[in-house]
Amino acid sequence: MLKSIDEINAKIRDGNVNVVTAEEMPFLVRELGEEKTLAEVDIVTTGTFGAMCSSGAFLNFGHADPPIKMERLWLNDVEAYGGIAAVDAYLGATQQSTTQGERYGGAHVMEDLITGDAVELHAISKGTDCYPRKTITTELVLEDLNQAIMVNPRNAYQRYNAATNSTDHTLFTYMGTLLPNFGNISYSGAGALSPISNDPEFRTIGGGVPIFLCGAHGMIIGEGTQHSPGTGYGTLMVTADMKQMQPEFLRAATMHRYGVTLYIGVGVPIPLLDLELVRSTAVRDEDIVVDIVDYGIPIRARPSIKKVTYADLKNGKIEINGEEVRTSSLSSYLQARKVAETLKRWIIENKFELALPTRKIDNKKVAKPLRETARVPRVKDIMDWTVISISVDESIRTAAKKLLKGEADHLPVLDKDGILVGIVTTYDVSKAVVKESGNQVVKDIMTTKVIKTTANEHIDVAARKLERFNISALPVVDANNKVIGMLTAIDLGKLFAKRWQK
Amino acid sequence: MKLLVTFSKKKGHEPIIAKVVKETGVLISVERAHIDSVAGEVLIDVPDSDSQIVCDLMRAKGATVRILEEGIDRNESECIDCGACISICPAEVFYFDENWKVNLRKGRCVLCGKCITACPHQALSQTL
Repeated sequence: MLKSIDEINAKIRDGNVNVVTAEEMPFLVRELGEEKTLAEVDIVTTGTFGAMCSSGAFLNFGHADPPIKMERLWLNDVEAYGGIAAVDAYLGATQQSTTQGERYGGAHVMEDLITGDAVELHAISKGTDCYPRKTITTELVLEDLNQAIMVNPRNAYQRYNAATNSTDHTLFTYMGTLLPNFGNISYSGAGALSPISNDPEFRTIGGGVPIFLCGAHGMIIGEGTQHSPGTGYGTLMVTADMKQMQPEFLRAATMHRYGVTLYIGVGVPIPLLDLELVRSTAVRDEDIVVDIVDYGIPIRARPSIKKVTYADLKNGKIEINGEEVRTSSLSSYLQARKVAETLKRWIIENKFELALPTRKIDNKKVAKPLRETARVPRVKDIMDWTVISISVDESIRTAAKKLLKGEADHLPVLDKDGILVGIVTTYDVSKAVVKESGNQVVKDIMTTKVIKTTANEHIDVAARKLERFNISALPVVDANNKVIGMLTAIDLGKLFAKRWQK
Repeated sequence: MKLLVTFSKKKGHEPIIAKVVKETGVLISVERAHIDSVAGEVLIDVPDSDSQIVCDLMRAKGATVRILEEGIDRNESECIDCGACISICPAEVFYFDENWKVNLRKGRCVLCGKCITACPHQALSQTL
């Protein structure tokens, strides 16, 4: 048995369409079987509600008198891109306020506009013969704008890897707060309720398809940026009129020490045209696998700790290295359900009709990493290869002598096998001398928690360690934790000077 | 019942908590402590029936004691029920109910403040 989209839309108009949410599908199929489910159900609604940084809106302000070509402009001190004509701009969700930093950004401006609050527009220009005006400052509400059209380059990720942290300090990431020593797991996505997970072959999800976007009737433009269905991480580019949106489904947020992001609700209706779609919409949380990746390792291909399903993540606890670790969701499942339920109600109330894609989305594509043409400097390019070290049992006086002689401020401390076990600084030695606590040795005053680097580490990663821990040198170690050199702030300074010479 | 005990160390190093435990026999559980060279702030948990005697004795020894009725406060209009707070909290204050709404067991809160910064929607605050 096959159904056409016209038959389904006719049923919507006649008021006898049968709509269920993606959450209900696995139970229906188990109870009725695939054939009967296809006969009884016409549409499956999906929904997701989470942080989608890659969002924003095109705004048109209308012309002032005398007119101005807005070259740079700010809305409540958040800069929007003005390099498009005279009074058009693109406001990005993650752009931060020049005055309030991460507490307020593009996402908050969008939320304020949708809530009905006034927003201050400030723009500057060099002035031209046709646009003589140089500055403008005015208060606007959403109704004052000619257009406010949300266009989000990348939304509705098919699924998203969960995050954890192997290091001994807390990380503040776009995946939220990650506690030290695998202290927690953070995940995002609605699992089996997520739009693309219900049609991973992109048979009914494609360009031109009407959707729910932040409470408005929106549309899929096509594949999203970084779309990678070949690896199971498809995305969508979507659009809708901000003037129709509801504050409940668009919420600005700040990830502590990361920055601003926007929580939005996206729902896609899937018409049940054939058995294949019955099967794909019967997907369960148990069927959707993601990696738990370690955000403690600052490289692009962060190592995976474990493979889990959304059912495991939603269960609240996952075992890592024999210990139970609690999970947190960044996206809201409660709100995702509301999205799917609201879309279902629209269809039942004959307020929303479906359409098939007018442009297909590639279902095999794989996203590529950035091609870098300039060689990235590594620690080995600028480090100091001479090692002045000391062993644990030597006296403070010896340490002081070595520091003086080597004109260094840091001494790596080695055990009898030459393995790095601590570090002492001129400050530690001076403090010990002032205290005059007798026959202390290096072991008694050293710091045992040594922040270190490797020869192959990127300079930026090493520099971030110096900044984060407020220190001025890092011992460089090999795979066996033997010290092969030092990287100091002075070495980094030299690199910086070279950049200017180019 | 949770009590926030603050004391000055100017009067010497009197082990207030240890003394109160010894004199009353009440088992005091220390949930959070910040003590430096001049002052201390300790959050303790005591059985409700013993709270009066503990409060009185602590005060007699020069400490300031505040009874904490509620720890963390949630702004319902900002909360979107994501659950980012759940795994952050060392005291398991937050949990999902059967409808995926985030609920609070405020009595468990140890006022560490971790959830306040972790909340993406700035919906949590401390009522101190």
